[in-house]
Amino acid sequence: MENSNNTDLIQGTLDMLILKTLSIQPMHAFGISRRIEQISRGVFKVNPGSLLTAFQRLERAGWLDATWRQTENSRRAKFYSLTRAGKKQLEFETADWTRRATAIAWLLNAEI
Amino acid sequence: MSLWRQLTRGVRVLTHRKDADQEIDEEVQDFLEQAAAELEANGLSHEDARRTARLEIGSPINIREQVRSYGWEHLFGTLVADLHFAMRQLLRNPGFALVSLITLALGIGASTAIFSAVNPILFQPLPYPHAERVMVIQEMRRNGSPRPVNFATFFGLSKVSQIFDATAALKMWQPTLVGTDEPERLDGQRVSADYFRVLGILPLQGRSFQPSDDQFRGPNVVVLSDRLWRRRFAGDISIIGKQVTLDESLYTVIGVMPGSFENVAGPTAELWAPLQYDSSLPIDGREWGHHLHMLGRLRAGVSANQASSELGRMMHPFAKTYAKGYDCCGGAPDTMVVTRLQDEITRSVKPALLAILGAVGLVLLVVCVNVTNLLLARSGRRRSEFSMRVALGAGRTRLIRQLLAESLLLAAVGGILGMIVAKVGVRAIVALSPPGLPRVEAIRIDSAVFMFAIAITSLVGIVVGLVPALQASHSDPHKSMQQRSRTTAGGHQFTQQVLVISEVALALVLLAGAGLMLRSMERLFSIDPGFESAHLLTMQIQESGRRFNDDNVRARFFTDALEAVRRVPGVTSAAFTSQLPLSGDLDIYGMEFQSRPGDNSESMLRYAVSPTYFETMGIPLIAGRSLDERDRAGAPGAIVISASVAKRKFPGKNPIGQRVRVGLDAGHADRPWATIVGVVGDVKQTSLALTASDAFYTSTTQWSWVDTAQSLVIRTRGDAAALAPAIKQAVWSVDKGEPIMRVATMDNLVTTSEAERHFAMTLFEAFGMVALLLAAVGIYGVLSGGVTERTREIGVRTALGATRVDILALILRQGMKLTEIGAGIGLCGSLIASQALISMLYGISRFDPITYVGVIALIACLAGIACWVPAWRAAQLDPSITLRAE
Repeated sequence: MENSNNTDLIQGTLDMLILKTLSIQPMHAFGISRRIEQISRGVFKVNPGSLLTAFQRLERAGWLDATWRQTENSRRAKFYSLTRAGKKQLEFETADWTRRATAIAWLLNAEI
Repeated sequence: MSLWRQLTRGVRVLTHRKDADQEIDEEVQDFLEQAAAELEANGLSHEDARRTARLEIGSPINIREQVRSYGWEHLFGTLVADLHFAMRQLLRNPGFALVSLITLALGIGASTAIFSAVNPILFQPLPYPHAERVMVIQEMRRNGSPRPVNFATFFGLSKVSQIFDATAALKMWQPTLVGTDEPERLDGQRVSADYFRVLGILPLQGRSFQPSDDQFRGPNVVVLSDRLWRRRFAGDISIIGKQVTLDESLYTVIGVMPGSFENVAGPTAELWAPLQYDSSLPIDGREWGHHLHMLGRLRAGVSANQASSELGRMMHPFAKTYAKGYDCCGGAPDTMVVTRLQDEITRSVKPALLAILGAVGLVLLVVCVNVTNLLLARSGRRRSEFSMRVALGAGRTRLIRQLLAESLLLAAVGGILGMIVAKVGVRAIVALSPPGLPRVEAIRIDSAVFMFAIAITSLVGIVVGLVPALQASHSDPHKSMQQRSRTTAGGHQFTQQVLVISEVALALVLLAGAGLMLRSMERLFSIDPGFESAHLLTMQIQESGRRFNDDNVRARFFTDALEAVRRVPGVTSAAFTSQLPLSGDLDIYGMEFQSRPGDNSESMLRYAVSPTYFETMGIPLIAGRSLDERDRAGAPGAIVISASVAKRKFPGKNPIGQRVRVGLDAGHADRPWATIVGVVGDVKQTSLALTASDAFYTSTTQWSWVDTAQSLVIRTRGDAAALAPAIKQAVWSVDKGEPIMRVATMDNLVTTSEAERHFAMTLFEAFGMVALLLAAVGIYGVLSGGVTERTREIGVRTALGATRVDILALILRQGMKLTEIGAGIGLCGSLIASQALISMLYGISRFDPITYVGVIALIACLAGIACWVPAWRAAQLDPSITLRAE
């Protein structure tokens, strides 16, 4: 692996990233995985095991809905979409994350 | 909402495992195909694309496992699998399962049963609102013990006191109910108006007593218990206002108590009527007798100590005003004592109950140790299984979880069997319980007891499983797979030995407790009660009823009844007494000595007896004469005193001929003096353990009134109990329907008077024996396991010339060493633990050497037997067979 920029996800951020990705449009597992990889420019790579487990968790929390649908090329795939509660949760997590990230940035930039 | 989703999804996964798995598989497959399709679009061949995608993503099976391990249903599934496996393990080894289950059931059952008895008595508040404020109020004389109040004290204090919301006085009452059924003698209470307010429970139907009910010569009204109302009046809803006949008088029912009402101050009472004492406090009335129990509900925020001192302060001016009244009954109280009702009713049983609770805790500990030991022995045999599991990838926690599932399953089944044991145990406790045990009706398996059983079952399950589980998970799979378990006696042997030592120690502590109590009982029963209890029958005749309002009629009845009883074949002599030793009677009056006129500080037990009382009871006459026919009403007063009074008041002098005033005459200069005519031996009145109290005896006919309740004592030629029916008939031949109560042989009364000690001792003996047996099983288990594991070694020893005796000694020595160490530790432990038993010991030190020597001998004996069997087996081993067997 010449390019080891493949960072492990920070604990607890996977849920947020999934919610964010789904806030644009409903998607299936592979699509979400690719999207996270692309947008993070390959920094984050999600393995399918963690991803599917996260879906279970989020669905049970009431933030995702899952339905089997036909894809463009007429295959069956499981599509996930954000629920109203999921949108709220995303807003909350985004705000929370921003607050933390800012605070950490302050700390790291501080001249002690 | 999400919790509900968790639950429903989880259940769906559990019930449709296949569908759920298929869905995951499909999704993974889809993921894989899309990844491959993308790679193909980027120019890879179909085959290469698929392979690369697969490499990148990993094995679909692993992904499926990862997704499956999410959620509670996964844990649940593992648990079910663990339990299923545990069940198979247990069934595979039924002998082990049976022994462990019996042990566990005994331990859990015994502790649950004891807890069910101790919990309502000691730990739970009495079933009244703010029960901690319900107090017992008693009088106390300087250097005396608390005594019940008289009506004057109750009346004087309740008038002025601001520290109680309400106060009440009560006494026992045993009216005969006549109705459509045959007449029935009932237990009831005469109570002052506020009794139910003090307890905080009001009648469910009708009303409670009012001050206007509780007046001298007030209306005849009665409140019924729910039980009596259902039993005798068939739950008649229109009972309020109806009249019932009690002791030949008509009483109006004004209320029925709720079914849940528990009358702690008189558990057998089924009906209540107002006290109706004369509040003008006539100087020669029953108002001055110390026979009333006083209860009070403290104002919120007032402490018992505050109440005591406040009452004491109020008492002084009142006692001065009524000095004459108090003089006739042993003087005015110096202080008042206020204690919680719960403390008061549990006082006599508390030390015994706590000791028993401690003992059952030890038994539970022995049980845990024993089952741990059995599990260890078994996991020794299963070591290669564990190694195999670890080698196949089972994690340490997984192994611990599996073993804990096994021990928890064992404990759970043991707990269920234990509930059966507890059920029987509760019944046994109630049957064995001493008469002084309060709230016996509240002893049952209720939700609190059930929770307790579940809690200790889980605790036991974890405790017994932990040691073997940790040990198994520590073992190095490599090593133990290479070695053959049979040839090594490794770490588990050491742990097992430690456990056996602790079992012996615990058993010794329990047995020492039992031994100390046994020795105390021996001492107690060898005490001379002051009379000859053998061949003595007693019963109380408590007449009440209108016909007997005349003292003369009453006196004639008792005289005639005595004559009739004396004619019964088998009776050698018979007499009446106003109070009977060791029966619970306590009747105290004052005495004034001519040598110190005006001093009324003496109070003594008062016995009004018929002429042949001393002869019948076998109380020795020490000096002078006993009371006889000469001492009739109108004749000069004759008094017999107890030896303790003679010794204390007339040291070195002859008390015969000295003059005294007793009872109502004491302190009244205008009353004639009576003469001391005799001295008799001291008698134990309240308990064998207490030192003799001072007492005086007067003739029934010379006392100021004729007691309504008198005890008949009958000396018989043969078996005392067998004569009871004939004697009852004789009494009834004089007056049919006279209530006869408390029929008991004197031997019986003596035993019952020590019932609390006896109760504790019986349980200690039982627990000690169980512990001893378990310890012996433990020793046997370890040794015989050791012999099996050392078969080869023993074979070699024999082949090298060790004789059978040598082998026997080798194994015996090993077992006895464990016993010695255990006994040593147990001895230290019991010397410390005996501290908790001090209040139940009598006549021996808690370090009583005979007890300890005896107990150690007993343990050594049983341990010897437990060692002998495996040792014998070892000695019989044939080296030519054992060596070839390996």
